[in-house]
Amino acid sequence: MNSTQHDMAFPPPGTPTAVLRRHFPSLVVWALLLAMPYWMGAVGGYTELASRVVIMGLAAMALNFLLGFTGVLSFGHAAYFGLGAYGVAMTIKYLAPSTPLGLLVGLATGTAAAMVIGGLIRKLRGVYFAMVTIAFGQVFYFVVFRWNNVTGGDDGLTGWRRVPLHLGFANVPLEASDKAFYYFALAIFAACVGAMALILRSPFGRTLVAIRENERRARFLGIPVEQHIWLSFVISALFASVAGGLYALLNNFVDPRALRWDMSGNFVIMAVLGGMRSFWGPLIGAAIFVVLQDYVSSQTENWMSFVGAFFVLVVLFFPRGVMGLLRRRVPR
Amino acid sequence: MSQLILFNVFNGLIVGAFYALMALGLSLILNLSGVINFAHGGFLALGAYIAYTLMPFTGFWGALVVAPVLTAIIGLIVERILIRPLYGRDPLYSLLLTFGLAYVLEDVARAIWGAQSVPFPIPEMLTTPLSKEFFFLTGYRIFMVVLVAGAVAALFLILNRTRLGMRIRAGTSDLETVSTLGVNVRILRNLNFGLGIYLAGLAGVLAAGMLGLEPTIGTSLIMPSFVAIIVGGLGSLPGTLLGGLLIGVASGVTTVFFPSATEAVIYVMMGLVLLIRPRGLLGEEGRLT
Repeated sequence: MNSTQHDMAFPPPGTPTAVLRRHFPSLVVWALLLAMPYWMGAVGGYTELASRVVIMGLAAMALNFLLGFTGVLSFGHAAYFGLGAYGVAMTIKYLAPSTPLGLLVGLATGTAAAMVIGGLIRKLRGVYFAMVTIAFGQVFYFVVFRWNNVTGGDDGLTGWRRVPLHLGFANVPLEASDKAFYYFALAIFAACVGAMALILRSPFGRTLVAIRENERRARFLGIPVEQHIWLSFVISALFASVAGGLYALLNNFVDPRALRWDMSGNFVIMAVLGGMRSFWGPLIGAAIFVVLQDYVSSQTENWMSFVGAFFVLVVLFFPRGVMGLLRRRVPR
Repeated sequence: MSQLILFNVFNGLIVGAFYALMALGLSLILNLSGVINFAHGGFLALGAYIAYTLMPFTGFWGALVVAPVLTAIIGLIVERILIRPLYGRDPLYSLLLTFGLAYVLEDVARAIWGAQSVPFPIPEMLTTPLSKEFFFLTGYRIFMVVLVAGAVAALFLILNRTRLGMRIRAGTSDLETVSTLGVNVRILRNLNFGLGIYLAGLAGVLAAGMLGLEPTIGTSLIMPSFVAIIVGGLGSLPGTLLGGLLIGVASGVTTVFFPSATEAVIYVMMGLVLLIRPRGLLGEEGRLT
């Protein structure tokens, strides 16, 4: 590639073309998301499925904040996702029929749990970090499972429904319209994803990437690595618990499977499938996974074999994910 | 009351022996190859189902001998085909792969042998209680404890006295040097994986005799095995053994006083260990990565 071609492919930064080019992928993603309830039907889906894509996408992107951008392998994010879900469900059922309050309680519960557990595990790395996060994820599963007079135990928490959102100037009929709920979920998704993008662009976010690339060097530079990893863990769990809250609202129901280890595995495979090194990758992975799961479980009883074989195939033949593949094809 | 406590301590010891047997296999594989074998519970179930299938032909004793060996052979094949390509890559990938494998194994067991639990008959000589006062001391339970103790002793003998065992231990501390000295590391990892799966298969046969047999039998044992490894100490097999027994007894005792915390107590123990001694009770220093 000679220099003139190079100049054509990369206009000088700051010009409108350069700005447009840099943000082009994000613009496409947002356009697709905004219109999703309208094109989902055309490809055989339905609005609820679109909501699930957005919610699982948020969970996978939250996990990837830790996995892809800090380089720490957490295999227990279902715990925070599930705590967020139970936080919402129990608030609406027992405390007050308010969606924002529920989401706040769910967020606070998940984040508080992550602060404690993150403090215990921040010194561990690699496989051991993964193993401890898996094991700790199960604590909350057993708590919910055993405390059945409050949480509904194995049968899940029923007897509550999502409630309309009062914004002061307008009522959003979340309970009546799937589309209204989709756009509500998308608005929260946008806020969370925007926040994550801002954090990753800040000096703190850059430091996380530095830790991922070379932890020892980061340590030599005087960066308090353990504090950074702890904070990244907490931020990641915070957004995961928001996703969990939305998940409970979507289903009008929550059961212990929302915080079991297989859910954690699903989040990781979504991130890997989409591409861990890419900001939007996990959303793409979540979309593929959710749609596939919906299709396969309607076709066969042996969906576990399919999901399992899918994991194996992705790891063996597709480890860099969709975005990894795209990036390799497009010349830089 | 004291009998009740004794009963639960003994019960906990048996459960702990299962955890330990399973965790030792996991630990072997983890220490040498850096792979968290999430499918370990699936292999455990597989061992039990193979024994169940063999039993009409070989009887209980024959199945007890043959089934773990067959499971180990399946383990060798799985390692060769699926796990070997992942060595040297981010541990994330082997974890995800074995995670998927666990799904597949459970579903295969369900497809072949059915989702309902199947009866797993054990010889009559083992089912009778040994004394009236200590009703819980059935022959089978004593037999299990003896067998697990024997298996653990044999494992440590293999590791300490045989060439293979020495290479496994050496590889655990420095695989590259072992490779440079002319040991075929691929075969070493393969055999080591098989050894770990053998222990899972053995645990499966024994567990099925006590708990009955259903496709999810392995799933309930794998999380405590992770806890056993962490509590006992990273990189230390005696630590893993100790951790398994310790959490088994702890959950047994908790059943007496606070039954709803039976499962949660081991995670509390893990939290305490991580807080006070992050490398685990008998863990080596500098093994946190």
